[in-house]
Amino acid sequence: MTDKREYKTRQPLSEDSEWTFDLLRLYDKEIGRVAAYYGLGTYPSQIEVITSEQMIDAYSSVGMPVSYNHWSFGKQFMTAQKSYKRGQMGLAYEIVINSNPCIAYLMEENTMTMQALVIAHACYGHNSFFKGNYLFRTWTDAEGILDYLVFARSYIAECEERYGEVAMEETLDSCHALMNHGVDNYRRPAKLSMAKEKNRQQEREAYLQSQVNDLWRTLPPKEAAGKIRKETRYPPEPQENLLYFIEKHAPCLELWQREIVRIVRKIAQYFYPQRQTQVMNEGWATFWHYTLLNHLYDEGKLTDGFMMEFLQSHTNVVYQPPFYSRDYRGINPYALGFSMFRDIRRICEEPTEEDRRWFPDIAGTDWVKTLDYAMRNFKDESFISQYLSPHLIREMKLFDVVDDDRQDKLEIAAIHDDAGYRHIRQALADQYNLGNREPNIQVWDADIHGDRSLTLRHYMHARRPLGESTAEVLRHVAQLWGYDVRIESVDENGRAELISECLI
Amino acid sequence: MSQFVDRRLSGKNRSAVNRQRFLRRFKGQIRKAVADVVSGRNVTDLERGEKISIPAKDLQEPVFQYGPGGRRSIIHPGNKEFIAGDRVDRPESGSGQRGSEGSPDGEDMDEFVFELSKEEFMNYFFEDLALPDLVKKQLSAVPEVKRMRAGFTSDGSPANLHVARSMKQSIGRRLAMSSTPRQELQEAEERLAELAAKGQDDSPEADSLRQEIESLKARIASVPFLDTWDLRYSNRVDKPQPASQAVMFCLMDVSGSMDEERKNIAKRFFMLLYLFLTRSYEHIDLVFIRHHTVAKEVDEHDFFNSRETGGTVVSSALELMHQIIRKRYPIAGWNIYAAQASDGDNWNDDSPYCRDLLINSLLPLLQYYAYVEIKAENPQSLWKEYEYVRSVSPHFTLQRILSLEDIYPVFRELFRKKVTK
Repeated sequence: MTDKREYKTRQPLSEDSEWTFDLLRLYDKEIGRVAAYYGLGTYPSQIEVITSEQMIDAYSSVGMPVSYNHWSFGKQFMTAQKSYKRGQMGLAYEIVINSNPCIAYLMEENTMTMQALVIAHACYGHNSFFKGNYLFRTWTDAEGILDYLVFARSYIAECEERYGEVAMEETLDSCHALMNHGVDNYRRPAKLSMAKEKNRQQEREAYLQSQVNDLWRTLPPKEAAGKIRKETRYPPEPQENLLYFIEKHAPCLELWQREIVRIVRKIAQYFYPQRQTQVMNEGWATFWHYTLLNHLYDEGKLTDGFMMEFLQSHTNVVYQPPFYSRDYRGINPYALGFSMFRDIRRICEEPTEEDRRWFPDIAGTDWVKTLDYAMRNFKDESFISQYLSPHLIREMKLFDVVDDDRQDKLEIAAIHDDAGYRHIRQALADQYNLGNREPNIQVWDADIHGDRSLTLRHYMHARRPLGESTAEVLRHVAQLWGYDVRIESVDENGRAELISECLI
Repeated sequence: MSQFVDRRLSGKNRSAVNRQRFLRRFKGQIRKAVADVVSGRNVTDLERGEKISIPAKDLQEPVFQYGPGGRRSIIHPGNKEFIAGDRVDRPESGSGQRGSEGSPDGEDMDEFVFELSKEEFMNYFFEDLALPDLVKKQLSAVPEVKRMRAGFTSDGSPANLHVARSMKQSIGRRLAMSSTPRQELQEAEERLAELAAKGQDDSPEADSLRQEIESLKARIASVPFLDTWDLRYSNRVDKPQPASQAVMFCLMDVSGSMDEERKNIAKRFFMLLYLFLTRSYEHIDLVFIRHHTVAKEVDEHDFFNSRETGGTVVSSALELMHQIIRKRYPIAGWNIYAAQASDGDNWNDDSPYCRDLLINSLLPLLQYYAYVEIKAENPQSLWKEYEYVRSVSPHFTLQRILSLEDIYPVFRELFRKKVTK
């Protein structure tokens, strides 16, 4: 593409660092033009100019534009406010909401450069990712989310009035504790829609209750039949979606509580793709703000001063401190994602002999198409295992440290050399596998014919045990379930061991 | 094409509700933190917000997560020394290859720190003291103002219309507006009289004079009796009420039996009196007198932090206070308040002397004297003598205190006076 650009005499869009609405529109139009040139498909954007206080507000409700009231949001708010006041946190970088139209926030305090950067990053980078990536297409409904959040908030407010804030807070606390276990990994979800939700909510209440009653039929089962039933577990297959199971089968929940469980489950599901595409999503947006603004610069539409400010901010974002640095906090997803997309473009445009061996499919192809394909069809785990190149492994000097509690020392399992590339690539991909990051916990048995106790099972991965918060979470499960709850760990040999229980 | 929306003017503080919920939920921890903060503050320094920190583990939201142990592999960037197969020691703390621990600003990560506003802080402070709502309101409110007369204005509400002033204006205006026609009228009448004297009463000149007289009379009559710009209204302005000065004596026993806890209760007692005085007086001096067998004037830090041993002679403090009043605070210019905290110990011989000293020398100079006996055993001689003082003086009050809630009743009289005034 570079050959198509020609260096003209500079006719910058603006010289000043002050922004105006007219300028914002002008920049947006230019960035949009270049984005279309590279074939980025986006939802229309709604760009909202807000103050820093409003930005802190937006931060604290996990970026949801509409959200119900809960103390934990207050805690986040106070944290954000504190660090902003101390100047620890720049609020400049985006909040962008996966909705149609895609909502992005600009802070009024920012310079024109930063506004342009955020527009390119959020309204064209993230926006196109939301629209294109398969996980977002499957799991979230950009059309319906705002309506659903409005529904959720008003429903929760209504229930607070009817049943009291304390009861609501307890229920929400318990649901939040299980939020990460509220998603079916393998089943496709139904689309969210405000109209449907409202119409069906009452219907569902009545229906659910009748089902539950049936499940817990109080007639004493006959002795013989009881023995046989004891042998079969309920549910017949383990369930990974704890919140779903509770919503449908918890014996004592009030109808409104079931609806709350459902709301939290739906919101968890909405954020599920974001948790799985952090590297890709940020990398993609960063790659595009970098590419789009450079393109405009090459066209002579941006001043040198603009570029200096932009590059400073950009470099801060994609800086990866080495492991021995004081600032090291693990791998920076912006840095990894940005480097990978740049690397794919390099492989397409200037493949080396090594690249041709490792990536015969993409070496020398059209980079725009290749990147688009990569963006659409992967999540972090598969993206890394597909595209992390030896070149980048060397560049980042990646190495694998194995910490085994049976060994008295750490082992360096692989480094950035010929023998280690595949190992590193696989290990890094595994690191982004959600299943590796969060314990795999499933509903094993609900003793519907006996004491109604619930048994969860933790399927251990690499012998890693559950942390100390387990008992606390179990209390929340028991709160929702209403009867005894216990959790067992199952080791690699299939041996189950009771770790914790919460008796009511 | 994107759409731009300017949201800057639509509400901020969307999180205010969530913040309140947070405060409500962690009330217990916050109250404890506030109590700690109050202990560290000066008596005069209560009314400001504060950074409060509560243990972070209390407000964690639990989720299922991995604990330490098992086998895990972590990819790190920036290798400069390792090759595959190396074995290295585990770093001292934390997991992985962290370079350093601890946050950059040196703040403890185990604490959640946030700011309470002045009002919130005061609310937590009051909560412990079990103040009646009316008093709380009184203390939290801005100083009272008094409406003072300040002359007259030309506009105001009808209720403030000043009739006499308005009529005065009216008379003056009517005089001024009608003076020329009246002069002309007088001249015309005189001329008419002259004509009449000459017998020319029917002449055309006389007729025209009569006409002129008529029209002048009409002009005079047309001057309005009361016009809008005659109206005068009483003017009143707000003048802050506390305009005088007071001195507050803090007396405390620092003998060995006054431990930290007792001192903390005493401190709140002093704080509350100070807070009350700030509502009534513009300027307040504080005098700290500590005593065991001898009394000494000290600064606030020493007052609360020093600890001495030995017996207790209360009269030494009262004598010192009397001297200081005579030397520095003439009663003509100062309102004098005194607050004494003690655990009740005193030499038996000294107590009757204290009583006499109070009744004869001190109480006539004072607005109010409050005595608290903190966590004392059985009432001792001082208490009995002081009870007698109360029976003879309305400006004296005393109270035995076991916990923070008991402090307020000491001031009940004081506050009631204020409320009914």
